Amino acid sequence: MTDSALRELYQEVILDHSRHPRHYGALEGASHKAEGYNPLCGDRVTVYLKLGADNRVADIKFEGKGCAISQASASMMTDMLKGRTAAEADRLMKGFLHLVKGEDASDLPEDDRERLEVMGGISAFPMRVKCATLAWHTYKNAIEDGRNAVEGGAT
Amino acid sequence: MEHHSNIVPWHFLRERQGAVLRWVDVRDDGSLDIEALDAAINARTKLVAVTHMSNVLGTITPLKEIVARAHAKGVPVLADGCQGAVHEPVDVQALDIDFYAITGHKLYGPTGIGALYAKRAHLKAMRPFNGGGEMIREVMKDRITYADPPARFEAGTPPIIETVGLATALDYLTALDRKAVAAHEHDLLAYAREQVGQFNWLRVIGDAPGKGAILSFEAGGMHAHDLATILDREGVAVRAGHHCAQVLMERFGVTSTSRASFALYNTRADVDALIAGLSKARGILT
Repeated sequence: MTDSALRELYQEVILDHSRHPRHYGALEGASHKAEGYNPLCGDRVTVYLKLGADNRVADIKFEGKGCAISQASASMMTDMLKGRTAAEADRLMKGFLHLVKGEDASDLPEDDRERLEVMGGISAFPMRVKCATLAWHTYKNAIEDGRNAVEGGAT
Repeated sequence: MEHHSNIVPWHFLRERQGAVLRWVDVRDDGSLDIEALDAAINARTKLVAVTHMSNVLGTITPLKEIVARAHAKGVPVLADGCQGAVHEPVDVQALDIDFYAITGHKLYGPTGIGALYAKRAHLKAMRPFNGGGEMIREVMKDRITYADPPARFEAGTPPIIETVGLATALDYLTALDRKAVAAHEHDLLAYAREQVGQFNWLRVIGDAPGKGAILSFEAGGMHAHDLATILDREGVAVRAGHHCAQVLMERFGVTSTSRASFALYNTRADVDALIAGLSKARGILT
């Protein structure tokens, strides 16, 4: 492996997201919430989302602490998921998981794939894949089981 | 400053038997606050469990003094020697220690095997914790008797390959001039400690006097895992994370550190590669 793999991993877009995370902080009026924790490395992320009546992610924010990859991935995820339906989000997540594992992600719509491809460099670093997927798994937990986790949320 | 391996079994006892865990703190330089030991031992204390050498800080604990203080109150001592036995010869009788544990994979040996030394009186007093072949003497309908120690604690088919491998590793290690190895490791540590001094963004965690050849640090603006990935590409293997010592991480207010461990096969050129890698990582990540 050469240094180009490293440059691919820590490219400017990723570093920018990790230094200046988008949609960072607690989300007031969230309908769903989940906390993700990777006990191996100590990375933490909390994902808050507000699911609209049309089953769309009306708003989404995150808080967390961890490596550049985990924080950048969470930041990019919130960018990507805002405004999507739960079904679209599901498809995005599946495609993303394929991408970071170096598997075929051609079922992703082209513009989504282009945006997510900056994270594709992680596939050369199997040890770091879990860093990139933490936020997405946490989102999944939030939307599936996270309604009760929010104060005042419907049961 | 314990590794989880010297915490988890005691939590088991806390959960199952209601044992109370009492802690002796670490000073800011990473040394054990030995003066707090006496206060931590009370009439109900059953055991003092302590590492011989911290896997994070490199701190060597004053085992002999710990044993003397604990024995003065009639309390036995167990040492986690997983690191200590690698970096210095251990004389369990001179230490007068009750229990001393080692692991194969840190001794340049195989994984999945280790050893526990215990004084004969303790071995004789302890009941078997596993059932299986070799640990019994006689099994009848109405009674069972057990083999003498140590066989009593070695139930089932032994890990034969691992045992031979560990013995070979120990033969290798004990045939070396351990003083020369220690001097070599300490030279590398001193050199690395001096070299990282040029980075004002790097904070070394653990500077106890006489510590072993381990350099743990936190590098400003760089998460340990990002740093480790970049160093790995430079051919430098550091361990990143909480090192299975979360209690210690909390003590020093960090969630993770990077750790360079020096062993007999390392050289000053390896330290130079580490230093160059740190500069490079800083360039990429900040």
